[in-house]
Amino acid sequence: MSVHLHTVKVKHFKNTAAMPTKVMPTPKTVLIPMLQHIGRPCDVIVSVGETVLRGQKIGDSDQFMTAPIHASTSGKVTAIRDIMTAAGQYVPAVEITSDGEDKAIEATPYEVTDLPSLVAAARELGMVGLGGAGFPTSIKLNPKNIDEVDTLIVNATECEPFITSDHREMLESPDDIVEGIELVKKAMGIEKAFIAIESNKKDAIALMKQKADGKFEVKVTPSTYPQGAEKVVIYNCTGRIVSEGQLPADVGVIVLNVTTLGNLIRGIKTGMPLTHKRVTVSGDCVKEPANVYVPIGTSMNDLVDFCGGTVGTVDKLLMGGPMMGISISNGKHPVIKNNNAILAISAKLSFSPDPHPCIRCGKCTQACPFGLMPTVFEHAYEDGDFDLLEKQKVNVCMECASCAYVCPAKRPLVQINKLAKAALRIRKK
Amino acid sequence: MEKLVVSAAPHIKSGNSTTKVMLSVILALLPTTVVGCIYYGLNAVLMVLVAVLTAVVSEYAYQKIMHIKLKIDDLSAVVTGLLVALNLPSTTPLWIVALASFIAIVIAKQLFGGIGYNFANPAIVGRIVVTLCFTEATSNYLLPFASGVDAVSSPTMLTQISSGAQLPEFWKVFLGLQGGTIGEVCSLALIAGGVYLVLNKTISAAIPLSYIGTTFVLTALLGHNPVYSIFSGGLLLGAIFMATDYVTSPITFKGKIIFGIGCGVITALIRIYGSNAEGVSYAILFMNVLTPLIERYTMRRTRFGKYSKKKEAKGQ
Repeated sequence: MSVHLHTVKVKHFKNTAAMPTKVMPTPKTVLIPMLQHIGRPCDVIVSVGETVLRGQKIGDSDQFMTAPIHASTSGKVTAIRDIMTAAGQYVPAVEITSDGEDKAIEATPYEVTDLPSLVAAARELGMVGLGGAGFPTSIKLNPKNIDEVDTLIVNATECEPFITSDHREMLESPDDIVEGIELVKKAMGIEKAFIAIESNKKDAIALMKQKADGKFEVKVTPSTYPQGAEKVVIYNCTGRIVSEGQLPADVGVIVLNVTTLGNLIRGIKTGMPLTHKRVTVSGDCVKEPANVYVPIGTSMNDLVDFCGGTVGTVDKLLMGGPMMGISISNGKHPVIKNNNAILAISAKLSFSPDPHPCIRCGKCTQACPFGLMPTVFEHAYEDGDFDLLEKQKVNVCMECASCAYVCPAKRPLVQINKLAKAALRIRKK
Repeated sequence: MEKLVVSAAPHIKSGNSTTKVMLSVILALLPTTVVGCIYYGLNAVLMVLVAVLTAVVSEYAYQKIMHIKLKIDDLSAVVTGLLVALNLPSTTPLWIVALASFIAIVIAKQLFGGIGYNFANPAIVGRIVVTLCFTEATSNYLLPFASGVDAVSSPTMLTQISSGAQLPEFWKVFLGLQGGTIGEVCSLALIAGGVYLVLNKTISAAIPLSYIGTTFVLTALLGHNPVYSIFSGGLLLGAIFMATDYVTSPITFKGKIIFGIGCGVITALIRIYGSNAEGVSYAILFMNVLTPLIERYTMRRTRFGKYSKKKEAKGQ
């Protein structure tokens, strides 16, 4: 247990950490996709021409892995069309043209007394994992083996470079987090709670320690990447290993992102569903980097314009951090629930020389938190040796990209792991 | 934001590169190179220049002639050339030095596919070929600062240990006032280079320590002076700079330890029972060839994987 997991040192670029969140006014139109979580897309439940209010449900589904979707401003539904998500899937999206009044629904606070009422509230509020994964919160809070769950971990490590939205959540709404921890602990019957924070957020650590008062433990992790990965944070707080095919609940742990928890408790208290999100807008091509409280469905162009527009030539527009984020092909793409950052970076920052032959330095194997051997995967994939890929467990790879980051020969290691994982999935069928 | 680039993550990379790795090795070799040049004078300087130049020019020419992408800027040829020179005595004729470099680069490295694909350490292959072909011309060892009348070949420490002759004081051996090749004599300079490489994480200490440790223990058990054994001959140069060559040594920690122990055993056996007083090159070459096999049996298993019982029993 005492063996620590490998991590890598990555430049922090946390230039927005000290800036209070700016509120962005509602843009003329918002485009709200029906898939903002892991799982199945929702069905549109409004029609073109209909008038909607902020917080009104516009998409829902009776399928299992879903979370309802709400209008982020008041106005008229002017179009419903299919758009491609960042991951390449076509889903319906609702375009709302704002009436400029931003009228909200009449919300009533939720009364949470036990687990079923908490789960129901989380679902109706449209809560998903806001750290990036977008796992529906109502499902996470409702594991089959609830009796075995004994630990809550609030993940505030925020290890991706540039992103500071979780950091700001702690500084701006510390009491919501404390309240949220107490509520989840009580509803789920959990004794022990941690909040895991990377050591580079000194002010947040001090603040949370001051608020802890025996209700939870502040776990300070080193400021290395990927401390925030779910399995890594669970291991570092509890020493438990979440094996392949397992969920955190299988080892008795529930992990909630700190922003998710903050929004959940605010939603419960006000009754207003998730319609806005704090997003870090940064990168070396953004004129005035900032944390922005933005209506969901705002286009990335509008958001970047709100931050003073761009400077220099933008090479990549990223949804999420530079290590695991997705590069977007055009700025019309809307901000969705699980976006924690929009980054515009220059070719200077994203530059990577052409790959050289592998010199077998082994740096990738020393970088992998799970102790995998990316260089072995690369050779096995090129040789078509799927048995070796399976035996060496390429499917355990969480695609954190540490291997590709450290590689001196700039081999596309994590990229090949992704291909290998897909190839194994196809072979299994 | 008109032309956006779309690619798979990660979107930033570390500043490390093959060239930087090679540069670290060159820096680490500088102390022993400089000391060798001071000890052995102009001839040593010329040998280093000829070896490096031949290595670089033959790699460049090979890549040009074969129409493959020029990779001369990775500096690996410089490292190989430098190691070739450091592994030969200062009396070696320059054309033999050039030949050793050429063999190392063209035959041992490029013909097998260039950097990353060679099965054995190129510099070792170059050295072994010329010492076998031109044994007379490549085994005249001088004492440092020898000139004029003194310039007769002197026995190396290892031949002295083997023959049971009176050994010089330890500090003289440690500072390199002994017969040997240009780069192997000064232990202090070699260790300084090794410490630098370990501290800046270019190499792991696993191979050098297991190699040197094994040689120490075995030579002691078999009745030789273990301290003089490890501070003389090419052991430090080999253990720190040649056995740790990424391409031809195992990747895993376990594999590195097995590799180091193997090198140590073979070195000790050759030194004590072989007709040759030196055994480092052959030991490393032999273990280079075993590397794929070692690698196959030392593959690491993730603790985050699930293994079926049957496979687990077999794997353990």
